[in-house]
Amino acid sequence: MNINSLIALAPLIAVGATAVAVMLGIAVRRNFRSACGIAAGGIVMSLWTLGRAVRESPVRATLLMRVDAYSLFYIALLLSAGLAVLGFCYDYFKAHEGEYEELPLLLLTALLGALVLVCSSHFASFFIGLEILGISLFVLIGYPLNQVRPLEAALKYLVLSGVSSAFLLMGMALIYAQCGELHFSGIGGYMTSRDNINAMVLSGTLLIVAGLGFKLSLAPFHLWTPDVYEGAAAPVSAFIATVSKGAVFALLLRYFISTYSYDYTPLLTVFSVIAGLSIVGGNLLALQQNNVKRLLAYSSIAHMGYLLVAFIAGGISTGGAVESVSFYLSAYFITTVGAFGVVSVLSTPSMEADDISCYRGLFWRRPWLAATFTLMLLSLAGIPLTAGFIGKFYIFTSAAEGRLWGLLLATIVGSGLGLYYYLRIIVVMSMNVEATAIKTAQGWVSTTLLAVLTILLVWIGCYPSLLANVIQAVSYDMEWGL
Amino acid sequence: MILAALVCVLLLGGFAAWFSARWSPTAPRWVAVATLTVEALLLVLPYTVANQAGGLSSAWFAGFYLPWIPRFGIGLHLAMDGLSLLLITLTVLLGFMAVSSSWLEIKCRQGFFYFNLLMCLAGIFGVFLAVDLFLFFFCWELMIIPMYFLISIWGHENRTDAALRFFIFTQVSSLLMLAAIIALVLIHHRNCGVYSFDYFELLNTAFAPDVAFWPMLGFFIAFTVKLPMLPFHTWLPDAHTQAPTGGSVILAGVMLKTGAYGLLRFVIPLFPDAAHQFAPVAMTLGAISALYAAVTAFAQSDLKRLIAYTSVSHMGFILLGVFSWNLLALQGSVITMLAHGISAAALFMIAGALQQRLHTREMGNMGGLWSAMPGLSALALFFSAASLGVPGLGNFIGEFLVLQGAFSVNRVLASVAALTLILAPVYALSLIQKVCYGPPSQHVHLVDAGRREWVSLGLLALACVWLGLSPQAVLKVSAPALKQEMHWSADEY
Repeated sequence: MNINSLIALAPLIAVGATAVAVMLGIAVRRNFRSACGIAAGGIVMSLWTLGRAVRESPVRATLLMRVDAYSLFYIALLLSAGLAVLGFCYDYFKAHEGEYEELPLLLLTALLGALVLVCSSHFASFFIGLEILGISLFVLIGYPLNQVRPLEAALKYLVLSGVSSAFLLMGMALIYAQCGELHFSGIGGYMTSRDNINAMVLSGTLLIVAGLGFKLSLAPFHLWTPDVYEGAAAPVSAFIATVSKGAVFALLLRYFISTYSYDYTPLLTVFSVIAGLSIVGGNLLALQQNNVKRLLAYSSIAHMGYLLVAFIAGGISTGGAVESVSFYLSAYFITTVGAFGVVSVLSTPSMEADDISCYRGLFWRRPWLAATFTLMLLSLAGIPLTAGFIGKFYIFTSAAEGRLWGLLLATIVGSGLGLYYYLRIIVVMSMNVEATAIKTAQGWVSTTLLAVLTILLVWIGCYPSLLANVIQAVSYDMEWGL
Repeated sequence: MILAALVCVLLLGGFAAWFSARWSPTAPRWVAVATLTVEALLLVLPYTVANQAGGLSSAWFAGFYLPWIPRFGIGLHLAMDGLSLLLITLTVLLGFMAVSSSWLEIKCRQGFFYFNLLMCLAGIFGVFLAVDLFLFFFCWELMIIPMYFLISIWGHENRTDAALRFFIFTQVSSLLMLAAIIALVLIHHRNCGVYSFDYFELLNTAFAPDVAFWPMLGFFIAFTVKLPMLPFHTWLPDAHTQAPTGGSVILAGVMLKTGAYGLLRFVIPLFPDAAHQFAPVAMTLGAISALYAAVTAFAQSDLKRLIAYTSVSHMGFILLGVFSWNLLALQGSVITMLAHGISAAALFMIAGALQQRLHTREMGNMGGLWSAMPGLSALALFFSAASLGVPGLGNFIGEFLVLQGAFSVNRVLASVAALTLILAPVYALSLIQKVCYGPPSQHVHLVDAGRREWVSLGLLALACVWLGLSPQAVLKVSAPALKQEMHWSADEY
């Protein structure tokens, strides 16, 4: 461990140290506002240290972590999403009675887990990261503590986490038994040294995919998703949908590239089936939903399916997967945080605005909020002017390049279905009704965050070059710089 | 530069209209009129260039380029030739008509209405001007959203379903086109090693023999859904019927033309071989569309639905003409586009005016209007006659040229399509019969066409007559563009 790796790991250290600071702060005096303040300061500081870390990268910091352009890009993405979620949490919980000081603390530890995940290059850090993330999330979902639905959601998530960890560990064990390696590059070395497909490694990888499939809520493993999204507080749902899934997906991609698991073609067939099921299933299940949070949950299943299409294409044509996946994830992060942000602005801990009737006539009651939500939904549907469209364009390009015509067709059909339920919300928002008074309290933090997210969404949708160039550099570094 | 200005003025005008609603509820419509006037003035310049086109080496008289997403070779590339100039002019003209027909009809949220109207026009401008396939697709999608809002907020009783169906049909079909565009670009990339979405770069892409068919089909489906053509037309009657009058005018007058424009500009020049092989199928579909929609139109009892089906019928003619791919038929298609834009828009305006007075679109509840509203009835008669193709008016020239051009390619189909000329008077005259003649119905006190209606409909009537009497002026503008399109595909055709 030298100074270089220390600097490279500074973002993680900053988040960890902030978590400790928040904890000590709570011990001295309980104050939600200051706890959120310290946490936000820590995340900002961590973002600031990224600048230094870029100069040191790529570096192998300890045996477990690798800090390169790819991980730094995802660290930046995750930290920004975490900051936004923290802001929404603050507005959501600040006026409500109860003790929420531990919430920013848990948010920080969950973020730390996610950061470890995107840096990890070893099964040990892989598992540690996943567990830090999972355990923090389990408690987070339980907020507010005195209600039944969050508690139920938290329990479901706990059971799911346990099951998926079991799958993962079994998979790792099988691979280790065959390769004798825990480091990704070691496994990669084993893979490239053998020509034929090894059944043990194949089943190990399948088990890992199943474990991660739970976390990503891909189709056969998605059953928990709507319940957890519905039960958790809206900002926490945003966190599950973005930070948790994004980090896991980034890890999956890194694992497949650096261990050369793409060479195992049967895996691609499995992925194709999962992707097709997720796209069609997620969209079909969302069609009849009247609950906006459940609807967003099902739509997130479909979106993970789209992502997987780009992921599979990466195994067939050379290059492009990292680029498409990273762009799509960035767009998805902005959109999903924004959409859940709108839901959380309209909700209170005692009454979640998750029924579609809460949005009736929103256009005429709160035009700016409704316009933001409309843009977010259009982005989820992949309509131009929004980041989601460019993301979808990347997916299409990848799929065409990999000649995945069947999956491309599934994506088109899925988008058509998706339009139906996204537009349904927009129609409800534009209906003419007399104002029904639900919560009108405004928080400047949420307002600012939503404004920033909307500007980003439209800016990336209209002028994607800047982000595209960064991502291109990152993906080049990832795919050729190993 | 002027092309970018054309689009930007509309965008700015849209936002200005939205915000002007703050100080006066009637301000947005004046802002919209002002915006369209500026557009009309901007169009004068290309026309002066076009008139001295004899000296121009290329068919394109204006261009605009800015790099946009260099990673994929995407640029903000706009260009204008005779074809786009004519269609843009039609768009501006019908833009005025849409504002005029919405003048009193739209009573709530006028700011947002005119914002959507102008945004929709901006999208259509983008479609007619873009020569970068990505930009084209961008605008193609973008014009749908404001139209969706126009239908779903200000439409009639069944608006939500109609708007949803309109959106999903066009969106899914356009995703097929996106896939086709990307496939085309990747094939070009494989051939030349560079990514480019530029129309001029992609024109001479070489395909393996059976590959070209699939991307061609993607484009074809997207454009024929918009056109619309027979199996894909089911969104249209609902959307037209439920839209507010201004929306119907834009939808029937201009938006359907984007499909025809796409076929003419992209499908055949980009995939000459595949399109040539596919031409008999497309022409058959066009002829069947024309006939079937004419028969169905006759069976309608809802005035706007009837007009909507006549649109499908005329679009079938255009499809027939485009895939005949000789200068005569192409010129005919262009004239039909313009003439149908004018006559269908006028008929929708009359239907809107009637609905405003009678609160019904059912023709069974009308009748005897000639005595109550002679002016409006006369106009209805005039535009029905135009729509059925009376010589001396624009539609006649278009249909005649299309049939003559198609006859030299495929006699059977041209003869079948010509049967529509018998069916068209049947539906047009039955419309007049049911609406204007017969015993006067219960209506006691009806106001005839006012000054605003006379001016706007009179303007359209003049345009229709002018198009019928001196089509040469229009043909001269479109000829170089069409010749160039034919030249590009001539190598293999």
